[in-house]
Amino acid sequence: MTTQQTTISVSDLRVSYGSKEVIHGISFDIFRNEIFSVIGPAQSGKTSLLRCLNRTIDFSPHARMSGTITVDGQNVGTMRNVFDLRRKIGMVAPLPVGLPLSIYDNVAFAPRCAGLTHKSDLDALVEKCLTQAALWEEVKDRLNSLGTALSGGQQQRLTIARALSHQPDILCLDEFSIAIDPVTTMRIEDVLQELKNEMTIILVTNLTQQARRLASRTMFLYNGDLVEVDTNEVIFSNTPAKRETYDYINGLFG
Amino acid sequence: MTTTATNNSLKPVQPQSGKKPSRPLWAIIGERALEALIRFCGISAIIFVLAIFIFVFKEAMPILFSGHFNIGEFLFSTKWYPTSMSNVRYGTFALTVGSLTVTALAMAIAVPFGLGAAIYISEFCGPRQKETLKVVIELLAAIPSVVWGFIGLTVISKFITAITGTPVGVNLLNGSIILGLMSVPIIVSIGEDALKAVPDSFREAGTAMGTTKWQLITRVLLPAAKNGLLAAVLLGVGRAVGETMAVLMATGHSVRIPHGIFDSVRTLTANIAAELGEAAAGSDHYRVLFLTGILLFAITFAVNLTADFVIRGVKRK
Repeated sequence: MTTQQTTISVSDLRVSYGSKEVIHGISFDIFRNEIFSVIGPAQSGKTSLLRCLNRTIDFSPHARMSGTITVDGQNVGTMRNVFDLRRKIGMVAPLPVGLPLSIYDNVAFAPRCAGLTHKSDLDALVEKCLTQAALWEEVKDRLNSLGTALSGGQQQRLTIARALSHQPDILCLDEFSIAIDPVTTMRIEDVLQELKNEMTIILVTNLTQQARRLASRTMFLYNGDLVEVDTNEVIFSNTPAKRETYDYINGLFG
Repeated sequence: MTTTATNNSLKPVQPQSGKKPSRPLWAIIGERALEALIRFCGISAIIFVLAIFIFVFKEAMPILFSGHFNIGEFLFSTKWYPTSMSNVRYGTFALTVGSLTVTALAMAIAVPFGLGAAIYISEFCGPRQKETLKVVIELLAAIPSVVWGFIGLTVISKFITAITGTPVGVNLLNGSIILGLMSVPIIVSIGEDALKAVPDSFREAGTAMGTTKWQLITRVLLPAAKNGLLAAVLLGVGRAVGETMAVLMATGHSVRIPHGIFDSVRTLTANIAAELGEAAAGSDHYRVLFLTGILLFAITFAVNLTADFVIRGVKRK
């Protein structure tokens, strides 16, 4: 593991909304081209962590963040060009957010904003992203219909395609399978295994088995504290470092 | 539910008396009464519109069948001589053109300003500035139209004559500026509501994909809010077409087709307001003015209907 290159480094991250602190100083590293999963019950700060990563936390007026996050050596908290950072990170929200555009335009949105206008380039990119998100076969005949008219699971795959469309270095998935049936989930998991070669994937999930299947390392957050972060062999063994980790994974919690 | 709860808790609750619980009589009657009242409120809108239409139509109708009246001349002639001794003419074309040009020019002023202000308030300014601006804009909406007309007559007309050197300051441009300023608050407050109604998740999703603020507004927010923004603009148009007192005072009130923005015009509304008081009840002049009211009615109806079709067309796409 020591030979791996660190791509994201978080140290002493604290996040508070108003006077309520939700992440109490956590530190960890994420390596390049790994699938890093984050597990933990509700209110443990998983989503807030992702929102710090691409600075969308700026949108919550009372949110305060301290500590440092570096992505490829750049400090996220102080960087000027947030737009470049966000283009580097693909983000998939738990519930699909279909922009009020056609399927094609939804996927082509980010590349267009980044300045890609050539029709044939866009066509190829849209097809590639939709294929990667296991959606191409279902929508290839109606790319011009509204994205919001798709079913919930299809919309979620559309947002995954959209997150891939600007060819990010880092892909963050926040409980992506919450609205998708198990079969499609497995198909997307296969895709993620392939994508791992091209990018770093951060997977926030409530399904501990999903973390076990996909990730190489897993972090367990509980109430804003980092309980344990280690390789899957350790976390999902019978003897992780912390008793709580074992209890949570095996459903003995609380 | 605690761990002490047993299977008994899953059985349906039996009332103690063995009787089915029933609601008291007053609650049943009260609910019926309330329902009837609310239904009446809903239907009343239809009744009022119909009643107004019937009344206006009843007043105007006799002239239509009086033989010496020509509907083609009424719509397309520019000769409006209602009080002439020898040659009475009732042609409203110049008035219609006056209404439409004033409205169009007013919208050319109000739409960019109004939508720009709505975008600024909704997306750019901080919470405190937002509150201040909203209060000020509501204050702008509260200014009575007579006061606007007064400003047009005294202040803006002086500016126009001083800057452009035209002899008369009360003209098409003056009326349009006043109407534009009057429509801006409506466009701003409804447009801002429309932008506020766009879920924050769109903003986050857009930003997460690396859009700049400008790209976010033009490619996500405006398309998402377009129906609301269109409604805002059309309500502004509605206000501008129907406004009477301010345009009466600011446009110069001469019946002719304008050839430039410094010509004086008269609008349909201003014409009715100015002449109805002088026309003898039941006279031809009186009835023609009511007919003008119907024409105005038809124009606003057409505007609303187009708006409806446009919005539906936008939705279908």
